[in-house]
Amino acid sequence: MASLVGSRVERKEDKRFLTGKGRYTSDINIANQTYAIFIRSPHARAKIKKVDTSKALKSSGVVDILTGEHIAQDKIGGLIAGWAIRSEDGSEMKCPANPPLAKDSVNFVGDPVAVVFAETLDEARAAAELVKVDYKVLKAVSNLGEAMKSEAIHDGIDKNLCYDWLLGDRQKVKDAFDKADKIIKLDIVNNRLIPNAMEPRACVIDYNTASEEITCYTTSQNPHLSRLIMSAFGGVAPENKLRVVAPDVGGGFGSKINLYNEEIVCSWASKKIERPIKWVAERTESFLTDTHGRDHITHAELAVTNDGKFLGFKNETIANLGAYARVFGTVTPTYLFGPCATGVYIMPAAYSNVKAVYTNTAPVDAYRGAGRPEATYTIERIVDKAAMELGMDPIEIRMKNFPTEFPFKQTLVHQIDSGDYVAGLNKAKEMADYDGFAARKKESESKGKLRGIGVTSYFEACGIAPSPVVMMLGCGVGLWESAEVRFNPTGQVTVYTGSHSHGQSHQTTFAQIAADELGVPIENIDVVHGDTDKGTFGMGTYGSRSLTVGGIAIVNACKKIVNKGKRIAAKMLEASPDEVDFKNGEFVVAKSNKKKTIGEVAFASYLPGVRDEVKSPLPEGDEPGLIESSFFDPANFSFPAGSHICEVEIDPETGHVKLDKYTAVDDFGTIVNPLIVEGQVHGGLAQGIGQALYENAQYDDSGQLITASYMDYTMPRADDLPDFNLGFTCTKATTNPLGVKGCGEAGTIAATPTVMNAVINALGGKEISLPATAEKVWKACKEMKKSNAKAA
Amino acid sequence: MKTFNYHSAKDVKEASKLASSNSAFLAGGMTTIPSMKLGLASYKDIIDIKRIKKLTGIKVSGKTVTIGATTKHSEVASSKDVKKAIPSLAALAEGIGDPQVRNRGTIGGSIANNDPAADYPSACIALNATIHTNNRSIDAEKFFRGMFETCLKSTEVIEAIEFSIPEKSSYQKLPNPASRYAIIGVYVAKHKTGINVGVTGAKSCVYNDKDLAGALTKNFSSSAIDGVKISSSGMNSDIHASSDYRANMVKAFAKKAVDAC
Repeated sequence: MASLVGSRVERKEDKRFLTGKGRYTSDINIANQTYAIFIRSPHARAKIKKVDTSKALKSSGVVDILTGEHIAQDKIGGLIAGWAIRSEDGSEMKCPANPPLAKDSVNFVGDPVAVVFAETLDEARAAAELVKVDYKVLKAVSNLGEAMKSEAIHDGIDKNLCYDWLLGDRQKVKDAFDKADKIIKLDIVNNRLIPNAMEPRACVIDYNTASEEITCYTTSQNPHLSRLIMSAFGGVAPENKLRVVAPDVGGGFGSKINLYNEEIVCSWASKKIERPIKWVAERTESFLTDTHGRDHITHAELAVTNDGKFLGFKNETIANLGAYARVFGTVTPTYLFGPCATGVYIMPAAYSNVKAVYTNTAPVDAYRGAGRPEATYTIERIVDKAAMELGMDPIEIRMKNFPTEFPFKQTLVHQIDSGDYVAGLNKAKEMADYDGFAARKKESESKGKLRGIGVTSYFEACGIAPSPVVMMLGCGVGLWESAEVRFNPTGQVTVYTGSHSHGQSHQTTFAQIAADELGVPIENIDVVHGDTDKGTFGMGTYGSRSLTVGGIAIVNACKKIVNKGKRIAAKMLEASPDEVDFKNGEFVVAKSNKKKTIGEVAFASYLPGVRDEVKSPLPEGDEPGLIESSFFDPANFSFPAGSHICEVEIDPETGHVKLDKYTAVDDFGTIVNPLIVEGQVHGGLAQGIGQALYENAQYDDSGQLITASYMDYTMPRADDLPDFNLGFTCTKATTNPLGVKGCGEAGTIAATPTVMNAVINALGGKEISLPATAEKVWKACKEMKKSNAKAA
Repeated sequence: MKTFNYHSAKDVKEASKLASSNSAFLAGGMTTIPSMKLGLASYKDIIDIKRIKKLTGIKVSGKTVTIGATTKHSEVASSKDVKKAIPSLAALAEGIGDPQVRNRGTIGGSIANNDPAADYPSACIALNATIHTNNRSIDAEKFFRGMFETCLKSTEVIEAIEFSIPEKSSYQKLPNPASRYAIIGVYVAKHKTGINVGVTGAKSCVYNDKDLAGALTKNFSSSAIDGVKISSSGMNSDIHASSDYRANMVKAFAKKAVDAC
């Protein structure tokens, strides 16, 4: 049987998704359900003086209206930050309470204050309009740069500062800078983004009055984690009385890692009102209340020698947490960001200093790449600036500073097990026809256009685990993953995984892995995920961890199955287990033609005895059945890397940037399914390009989100993108048996600096902020024309 | 959405009779329905005019192209007759919104709504359109009054829009990258009787840029536009484009349009 790992198996998921048969949370309806509408703050910052529900309670169809007072009375806990980060001075981070319904104050537009439950959605909406909230409006802190100088928005949190964190050695960096020929400086803003999953958040809650169990169907990337937080911190119900199901989920990109106010409130309320509850976010609610991404102000300095060797790097960043710290909110701008600040380079000295601050804006948390895009953007922009100031080619300066031996101890934290950065960049250079750029530039100029080329080399630390490390860094849970593999008596296999697929195609990829391990046709393998009542436990999907952690748990559970199968087969074949080999789904006794298929062995395991033609006594010490589980906790993160090159053509008359060519060469180790990996790269690139050219979440001075609809928030569209030219190099990861590395975030990490480097290259090195919109580029072109005219 | 009475009018007379100051005619519903869903608009009566056969279809005579009010953008975009008579008008229709909008939205709805960033109003200006209603015929220059404002009376039904076939013409737009409405759109048309430059997106209402038209009358080439000064005063300014950028883009896209004629 040919190996399925490495082949372009078509996605098992496609049929139901492409024919509209996906079953999403909002497709679920429960008899007698009520509809929830949340009353949200229209102000960015205010004290709540009074919530008057009297008129609304009398409105047609209203079942109940609950407020922050009720939450406090029932002692329902709030939302939490999942990682404890310490400041440079050793002090603990400062996090405000974040009750699921605000009682005393609201801190961003969209902060929920009350909730109406009614018989129909229209009745809930009508009643919501009658809830009167009396606010004392306060001056909002909406500007990140001003936040530390502004009034504290949370009691006891001076300067709005959550922590002032340092990674690295300031003295070593100072010494390195003292020796430098040149210091390259760069000030950048990594703009705020809104994740925009296609499916808005939703939850459907069913409280069973007989078993007193709450079932919460929700749009989550990690249902077990949601259950854990809702139980341990929310106090909604004990874990054994709480079932969280995340069925088909239409995209997450990090925004669905968090447990949100609505899930806690509706789960608690369903028990209170003894009715099922359905809540589905409207798109505006998604814009306002889904966690946002990025939002950094960074000052970076790179110390170099005249021949382009890097000596040291400083990264001073202010990171916006928004109004509250959420699950990955505090770690995204620290351990997911700081260590990657030095990029793929040998950097003798470096530090990352991050001040995380609160503002009256939506909470900021992980968004595809989470910290690593911000880090890569900074280093890759400054490396290009260094090349320009030193008069070097961008590829030459990168090659000069790449490590060539692996494992490579990266400056700040990571021990990178494998990679070949030189090979990746060389391949990208060739595929992009880098040497032909000059001719293409000339051709563009003959049409009155400008052409630029941009290069980025990146690595990232993903496959988020291992537990001992992440817990040492402040994580509140262990980041292993679990799997259970069940052989049914009649030979089909069900694989339960704690990973969650919301676009990643685990049903296909994981089935490929199990098919190879067990020698069972892929059609006979089902992958089950997303239900706390099915399977063991799960830490969920984010940080490109599903395959490298969850996938390996499946491999290990399959290996246990095979081991037990060997013992059973040996007994059946009257041989010793040592003599039995397992290959292509068959247990074969060495040097004989005696064999049993794994299906026969599975069947036998459920019939442990001898009767008529059935002869399958179990080996001594083995229990009946063929079900095994595994918890996998890898020895290290996984470290994918790559080099991307793109070309843009700019119309100086209008400032329009045409993305003309895009080449991505990535090293994801072993690739299980190239079709799916290419899809992941395409999607990641689209989002990274989106940040570079289009997407930008903007708040005004009063803290109103002025890009709260698709009329104003620009998503990249298919016709904005060229055909992507993808290539792969492969150095296997040494920390897992498949040799796989994560691929989900790579495109997002590399694309933003690649495109911006190309735009700035076309503009002759003129700095421009994210995103490079037509008007900004047009202005830069005008200034360039002026300074060229002066020079002439 | 607030409740309303739904009527399906069998002819224009009935539609007009049902209409009041608290009603809306429904054709494609591309603006009306989202506005109602968002609570930005509410009506006592919604009068569906989609089933009135007379209001749809495309007719080309020697000098004009007449398009029924409920003709969809996709029908204009794919019409062989329009493509032959006024190719720039078919191209404009092809560039409105997205396929879903083009398969529902209608020309009459677009001009009755008079969104300051809509495409069709610039065509009406540039192509000397006459808007035929159930009781009069209105010149385009008089039809568009201001932001979302026309001279239509509440009981008045647009029946058709009659465009003059120009000698040459082109519509060039800078789409808003988010919504794909026009940040600015410039429709240049050269008729025997004179030149029009319909500009949309730039100001609160579509207008005929007489300075550009004047310069092009003297010399129909993009270089003639270089000398025209376009003031940013009165131009729209938003997060996507400042008034200064818009003013410059009117010029840049006018040049593109002339070059494409």
